[in-house]
Amino acid sequence: MSMTQDELNPTRDTEPITNGQSAVSTLTPPAMRLENVSVSFNGRTAVRDCTFNVASNRVTSLIGPSGSGKTTLLRSLNRLHDLTRSAKVEGKIMLGDIDIYGGSLPPTLLRSRIGMVFQRPNPFPTMSIYDNVVSGLRFNGIKKKALLDEAAESALISAALWDSVSSRLKAHGSTLSGGEQQRLCIARALAVEPEILLMDEPTSSLDPISTQRIEELMVELKNRVTIIIVTHNMQQAARVSDDCAFLLMGEDRAGELIEFGPTTKIFNDPSDPRTLDYIQGRFG
Amino acid sequence: MTEESSSTKTRLLSRGLTGGIHPPVKSDLGYWLSIRAGALIFGAAIVLFVWSILHQSLSAWTSHGIHILTGTVWSPSTSNYGALPLILATLITTAVALLVAVPIGLGTSLTIIFFLPQRLKTPITSLVELLAAVPSVVYGLWGLFVLVPWMNTTIEPKLASITGGGFPFNGATNGFGLLLASIVLSVMILPTIVAISRDVIAAVPHEQIEGALSLGATKSQTLLKVVLPEARTGIFGAITLGAGRALGETIAVAMVIGSNPQIPKSLFSTGATLSSTIATEFGEASGAQLAALGALALILMVITASVNAGARTLTRRALRGHA
Repeated sequence: MSMTQDELNPTRDTEPITNGQSAVSTLTPPAMRLENVSVSFNGRTAVRDCTFNVASNRVTSLIGPSGSGKTTLLRSLNRLHDLTRSAKVEGKIMLGDIDIYGGSLPPTLLRSRIGMVFQRPNPFPTMSIYDNVVSGLRFNGIKKKALLDEAAESALISAALWDSVSSRLKAHGSTLSGGEQQRLCIARALAVEPEILLMDEPTSSLDPISTQRIEELMVELKNRVTIIIVTHNMQQAARVSDDCAFLLMGEDRAGELIEFGPTTKIFNDPSDPRTLDYIQGRFG
Repeated sequence: MTEESSSTKTRLLSRGLTGGIHPPVKSDLGYWLSIRAGALIFGAAIVLFVWSILHQSLSAWTSHGIHILTGTVWSPSTSNYGALPLILATLITTAVALLVAVPIGLGTSLTIIFFLPQRLKTPITSLVELLAAVPSVVYGLWGLFVLVPWMNTTIEPKLASITGGGFPFNGATNGFGLLLASIVLSVMILPTIVAISRDVIAAVPHEQIEGALSLGATKSQTLLKVVLPEARTGIFGAITLGAGRALGETIAVAMVIGSNPQIPKSLFSTGATLSSTIATEFGEASGAQLAALGALALILMVITASVNAGARTLTRRALRGHA
């Protein structure tokens, strides 16, 4: 399996550019690098040996059938597995030139640099829309009202939510529709101004129109934040992502990285026959 | 129709359980009659109960009037039946018991849920719940044998030195009194507070916790700003139940409070609560004194009912804010 990685990862940047935007990534250093990342629970491996680079200011999608470890891998990137005593992350995950499990960066600080949007919208139900948006800033010790106001407005504008909520910032987050709640969660994550935004199937609980708005938002946002998205929906990966990682459950039920590359290549000309099978809908 | 009954009706309707609007079909008649009979008997029992206590205390109300509530001297031997000292002692011991038990109880719940390793959770939980199974008279004895000397020689002098002998830790100490009663009560209501608050705290969705952490919150920020606020309605319920138990607790309090009805001057004062007075005096009471004890029972019932009603109103308001 490592063969395909070796084949693809180093070569991606030297390959002929199939995607117009790829030019950027060949020049800027990667936002994150994963080197032989494995995650195990109680000694049982859930994802094994993933190695790939996440280019800055692009959308990287993790696709694959259920059980292939996409979400597990994503959650290792902001150390959410720290909560689970039985979880163990091995290998190296570099944010810039910092090893995020190396001990030099506290998890709280790491998570303010790597935001996350979850499968189901999870605005804090006891907080108003405004308080939700600025909650991350408050957690990080910012108290000045002027700063918070400014950050809230700009985050809500970025999340394309300002127009519909600016007149009712004091209302509870739960009064919003599902799609609006998810955009509120995106605004909440953006307010902290993270470098990277992790999105774990962010549209899986939303209707098609809300989904479309979130997808448009991702394309707009990638100018300021690097996005890594887990999705079940292959069309979504094809529509929004620039790079794509395909994971598959191996024989011992551990997820493995089968192929990584520009999304256009993965979808049009995959190197691995298993990728082709999945893309063509033969399983998963 | 009140808001509550209409929502109850909607709920029943949605479950297809209501028979109140339409006459019952024949096959349902037995069921229809029996649940109504049940409700009727229960309602009648409550009415009868309240009425009998009212009746019992009627002569006390007619002969002393409002003086029962406002009088500052409770002295059956001189036919003085002022319950204010008893009301104050009841409220103070309950409040102090809550002040002690709520932080400890919430801390215990949070520790059990978020900090203990899995294999310790069940034993610690059962240990706390075991406290609920201890009969109150045993708590009373424990207070008498263990806490009285300890309070007298160690705790009370220490507290007095903190305030320099000022309020609320002023006056002579002998171990017995409001403070000891409060501490015994706090231990007794702890299991209630832990059991309920643990359940409501554990019910806070994990997504909320991860949402907070993923914004860079520390664990304590997550607990204080997200978990506790979200569980607040249930925590409030836990506190109310604890308060209910503390207000009505009789025998353990009677054993350690000093049985001395007086307006408390400090937490070291001896005193007597509404329930402890009923329990200690009913044996020799007759006539006017018995009626006065009935009045105490009525006052106690009104206090506990108001605490419950107040808590319910607040809870409902909190829930509405939620939606």
